[in-house]
Amino acid sequence: MDKDINIKVKVWRQNGPKEKGHFETYSLEKISQGSSFLEMLDILNEQLINEGKEPIVFDHDCREGICGMCSLYINGHPHGPDTGITTCQLHMRRFNDGDTITVEPWRSAGFPIIKDLMVDRSAFDKIIQAGGYISVNTGGVPDANAIPIPRDDAEMAMDAAACIGCGACVAACKNGSAMLFVSAKVSQLALLPQGRVEAARRAKAMVAKMDELGFGNCTNTGACEVECPKNISITNIARLNREFLKAKFKD
Amino acid sequence: MNNLDAKIPKGPLAEKWSNYKNHQKLVNPANKRRLDIIVVGTGLAGASAAASLGEMGFNVLNFCIQDSPRRAHSIAAQGGINAAKNYPNDGDSVYRLFYDTIKGGDYRAREANVYRLAEVSNSIIDQCVAQGVPFAREYGGLLDNRSFGGAQVSRTFYARGQTGQQLLLGAYSALSRAIHKNQVKLFTRYEMVDLVMIDGRARGIIARNLVSGKLERFAAHAVVIATGGYGNTFFLSTNAMTSNGSAAWQCYKKGAYFANPCMAQIHPTCIPVHGEFQSKLTLMSESLRNDGRIWVPKKLEDAQAIREGKLKPTDIKEEDRDYYLERRYPAFGNLVPRDVASRAAKERCDAGYGVGSTGLAVYLDFADAIQRLGKEVVEARYGNLFQMYEKIVDENPYETPMMIYPAIHYTMGGIWVDYELMTTIPGLFAIGEANFSDHGANRLGASALMQGLADGYFVLPYTIQNYLADQINVPRFKTDAPEFVQAEKEINDRIERLMNIKGTHSVDHIHKELGHIMWNFVGMGRDAEGLKNAIEKLKMLKKDFWSNLRIPGNKESLNVELEKALRLADFIEIGELMAHDALDREESCGGHFRLEHQTPEGEALRHDDQFAYVSCWEYQGEEKAPVMYKEPLEYEFVVRQQRNYKS
Repeated sequence: MDKDINIKVKVWRQNGPKEKGHFETYSLEKISQGSSFLEMLDILNEQLINEGKEPIVFDHDCREGICGMCSLYINGHPHGPDTGITTCQLHMRRFNDGDTITVEPWRSAGFPIIKDLMVDRSAFDKIIQAGGYISVNTGGVPDANAIPIPRDDAEMAMDAAACIGCGACVAACKNGSAMLFVSAKVSQLALLPQGRVEAARRAKAMVAKMDELGFGNCTNTGACEVECPKNISITNIARLNREFLKAKFKD
Repeated sequence: MNNLDAKIPKGPLAEKWSNYKNHQKLVNPANKRRLDIIVVGTGLAGASAAASLGEMGFNVLNFCIQDSPRRAHSIAAQGGINAAKNYPNDGDSVYRLFYDTIKGGDYRAREANVYRLAEVSNSIIDQCVAQGVPFAREYGGLLDNRSFGGAQVSRTFYARGQTGQQLLLGAYSALSRAIHKNQVKLFTRYEMVDLVMIDGRARGIIARNLVSGKLERFAAHAVVIATGGYGNTFFLSTNAMTSNGSAAWQCYKKGAYFANPCMAQIHPTCIPVHGEFQSKLTLMSESLRNDGRIWVPKKLEDAQAIREGKLKPTDIKEEDRDYYLERRYPAFGNLVPRDVASRAAKERCDAGYGVGSTGLAVYLDFADAIQRLGKEVVEARYGNLFQMYEKIVDENPYETPMMIYPAIHYTMGGIWVDYELMTTIPGLFAIGEANFSDHGANRLGASALMQGLADGYFVLPYTIQNYLADQINVPRFKTDAPEFVQAEKEINDRIERLMNIKGTHSVDHIHKELGHIMWNFVGMGRDAEGLKNAIEKLKMLKKDFWSNLRIPGNKESLNVELEKALRLADFIEIGELMAHDALDREESCGGHFRLEHQTPEGEALRHDDQFAYVSCWEYQGEEKAPVMYKEPLEYEFVVRQQRNYKS
């Protein structure tokens, strides 16, 4: 059964990208364990506003685990201690009375801090813009059933396509690598006949953009897979490497 | 002034769209480069429109409120997208999809628009497959379909329980490609704060850079609003936290008519409210009703024992369960349209049969489905939804029935548009949920995705040319024109005024109060007395807002409370207009249920002789009552009937 708990929250506060940040600790009483983690932060912000202070800035939107906007590093884990969920799906029943919870932003060279817990993830958009698509214009495409796709291929493509672009993989990686994110998109499209045509060009363009934007290299620690809220598999990274090597050999 | 001309093309229903396309004006490639189009919003409608217009050669400026277009709330749509492909060979057709949509909308949508929607639905599926959307497939490699509420055929295409995500990522990838090719310029973390008009035409916007807090001016030859609905007026809804009605409201205040504001959809399958601290409601896909059976206890004492925690749902014997949808609507059973299912749940709970600690919940039970299909099949179909439920409620839906209750989900009302999706302001277009045109008084499941993409990929890119063809000689506008200066000054004054209230209440505090008023008086069951009461309460709330609000920080910086305050100021006024419209419409239709107008069996009772019209509201100025014009809905092809889901 859910109870009410008293907690302390140690939050990273930073006024802007160039400012120096610091931890600030706040006490919260009678937080229902049935509330979500972000609702707990809402309550804390309400408290801060009532005290005439500036509320904590954090990214969030759909609050049902699909938009990928929420991005908190809680007690040393991206999206907190639970597995297979985003921050907004984390509930306070995962914490105990008297706990001190540490909340930090994603920390990575690729994601500069904007304010407090909000970071700039536009690098992910730039990687997709470099080639994370199939080059078709609107209209003039064949009937949807013209090209049969084996069910297992479609399912594997869907597994990869489930990525929400939150950046937890980068935040979890000691090298700040974006390989899981990039490989998920490369895999999704390489597995489908429609995307096969541009597979080599896509892999090269996306990897080049990723390197250019300051993301680190992959050293196969697997931390990204463990922390991914959508359980995207690192087998996608193996597939990306294959696609990339094939493309390079062709050059 | 009433300038309502829906511009519906002449001719037989099935030929109207072809005729239109054959005779509309086009813009040649050299001229397209000289024309700028602003698209506000990057959801299914906005992203697909921006990408398509960019590919065609127009200069597109696209505005996104989140940090990336991939996060627009279309992403949260779960169940699927309708199309009239008839792949399952179960008798579907363009006409049948059209008819189901008109009927599902309780005969309050425009025939010609809905027919066009059904007509282009098939192209959407083709387009999405070509983009690499991994729809569910059969073992033979062809696409799979499932059934959805309000239809007797299986016409819904899906990608697990994440169809909205996959379709949005498809549109996002097309948009990303257009950005890469410099066809579209993207502005993220920007929010439109006003529409700029020059000589009676839409010529630009003022947007607030949400990171710097600065106001910026953008000019164009046409402006497209694709900013979704205003469901968050209710505070608690299934909408995302930033979903808001402000862009539409700014257009309304500049002279665009607002149509059918009272028509809001209450979705029957959401996780019930659990406490005052709650920030939003989570939807459980309607697709669950394919295999889940909805029930409450037959006996009042059982319901009470469950609420007190003395009995568990699994303790209630089969004969003591009331599968009320199957009982009341034998032909459609658990698959009745959303408005019908929502009201039936409310009726049972109001009568004292509700479950959960609050009594405001009913069961959605998968025990039969698990027995019939096996746990694995159920898991394959709904696994992610079950997981989502378990994380929130801490109960395992494979073992104990889910609890659900209706919640605000979608707004059928919106900015009035003609057949070309143009508003009453020349050069201002509205697409997707932001407009009003296709769903009448109730939207069928899996039709929002269809409409968003239809508008963005296949309708607007044609119709906007009919307007722009006359604009090819109009030079680019300078943003230091007096109209831009004036608009920026007005919004700056408004922000100043908000910052200077320096009261004691947070934005959320007042927004919650608004939500209570809306849910209690302008919610699932409305009556004249309650609506009048709501209008009075909203007036007081508005006063409270403008005298007691507190916004910390300063205006020219990242200030989330200020963003929310600007939206809430509009939500309060939208709430007022919803109440006025609901009061005016003295009938029940679709999602609008007036308690005074129901059949002896408690079904919605329309009055076609008096209310077969779109109510179009025109803003008259601060503190002045808006004026309503009627766009008559003359049905040439369909005969209006009492909706019947019983036999």
